[in-house]
Amino acid sequence: MSGDVSIIGAGLSKFGRQPGRTGRDLALEAIAAALADAGLAWPDVQVAFGGSDGSGLADTLVADLGLTGIPFTNVKNGCATGGSALMSAMNAIRSGAAEIALAVGFDKHPRGAFDPRPEDWGLPAAYGEAGLMVTTQFFGIKIARYLREHGISERTLALVAEKAYRNGSLNPNAWRREPISADEIAAADMVNDPLTRFMFCSPGEGGAAIVLASESVAAGNGRAVRVLGAATRTRRFGSFEVFSPSIQGSGRPSSVSSDAAAAAFAAAGVTPDEVDVAQLQDTESGAEIMHLAECGFCKDGEQEAMIAAGETEIGGRLPVNTDGGCIANGEPIGASGLRQVHEIVTQLRGEAGDRQVRRGHSADPRVGFTHVYGAPGISACTVLAV
Amino acid sequence: MGRSLTGSRCRNCGNVAFPPARGCQSCGGSDQETLELGTCGTVWGFTVQRFAPKSPPYVVPEGGFVPFAVGYVELPEGVKVEAVLDCTDFARLDGAEVTLVATEPVPRFATDAALVSEGATS
Repeated sequence: MSGDVSIIGAGLSKFGRQPGRTGRDLALEAIAAALADAGLAWPDVQVAFGGSDGSGLADTLVADLGLTGIPFTNVKNGCATGGSALMSAMNAIRSGAAEIALAVGFDKHPRGAFDPRPEDWGLPAAYGEAGLMVTTQFFGIKIARYLREHGISERTLALVAEKAYRNGSLNPNAWRREPISADEIAAADMVNDPLTRFMFCSPGEGGAAIVLASESVAAGNGRAVRVLGAATRTRRFGSFEVFSPSIQGSGRPSSVSSDAAAAAFAAAGVTPDEVDVAQLQDTESGAEIMHLAECGFCKDGEQEAMIAAGETEIGGRLPVNTDGGCIANGEPIGASGLRQVHEIVTQLRGEAGDRQVRRGHSADPRVGFTHVYGAPGISACTVLAV
Repeated sequence: MGRSLTGSRCRNCGNVAFPPARGCQSCGGSDQETLELGTCGTVWGFTVQRFAPKSPPYVVPEGGFVPFAVGYVELPEGVKVEAVLDCTDFARLDGAEVTLVATEPVPRFATDAALVSEGATS
């Protein structure tokens, strides 16, 4: 299965607040950028998949792209929307149904925290009245326990966020482009202990699109990036997720991120230590710390020394979230998964400018990894290579 | 008072769920029996809600918002139940033994110290 699908185009819209522009505008901008990157036009696309969490149906975009009559399937899979769209596009190529496929994700969220309704989550209204329908509580509970269990300091949370803003300052397309010091991050208002305001991403705006092609179409394309492996998973028994009235089972909760990452690595025939650059879901800085271990890049607890030594910095052994991640780019739910893929494609092509990762300080990276995680326990991972 | 949380146990695999399950998340079995859960447990994980959640849906208490602890209490049956946690010191909540004090609107547990202090003020 590996090596038969390649990414030949990747495009983003501007990320961050853009008054007067709709989510669909951002999707169209991203698709135009991805098609231009691939050297193609919309009529070349033979099948498309895409979606947003709250900004409309992707298949309506054909009204502005051109009515070419291709199958265009809407995807709505929370934070894994982009990953699911990508997986579907890959499978369409693998099945022989298409040679050129498009995946697109976009969103434009209002300011402030997400506003979940208990009834949408199968919970009594009382959970909202009692103040438990607060997304950030889940992240606080999970990382607080993890820090205690594995001897990781709260300072490390601040260092991860500091890196995100620093990388964002090097990324012309990022929303947050001002560096913020670890001291300022640690001293900011506490939201849910041990996480402060500057450690969280904010709901944001953006679109991302990826053009995939079969082996024969990609042949001879010097900028093609191979998809070595990809996997999406839903949670298994015993997992701990947002808005769970209980965690069932005994022992350590299962991790859907571990399952998806392991499946993607197995499909790729690659091990985590071969990865040169990674994008990990950083809904808040603790998530990046935990996902390093859940995706197989280190053992639990090793993150304290890894991060202190700068190993996840752009110049380090395993650069993580080189574009500033969700913390610096914001979280347009439908777009984030494909933004991650866009960044790895950019890095593997050696086109990342001021934030370019160098393997051994000279060569461009060869193997990259992307990971998204979201409610209610879904994950999508890819292993990409040149 | 007989105050307890009602959960369920799978008749096929024995997995305990809260709230009562329709189907078992562990084995997929559909045959569940109701079960009154133990009323004492230990704090498995927690955080502190430092700001007033958005209203609605949050209903601000009569005396105004004060930060409160929320987390998961591991019960003798093995299931960890999300609950509001009454305590006198957030820093001493990790692993603390707690007792069920309310089942509505959501489960609420209290540390021994909070039980003493609640008893003294009521």
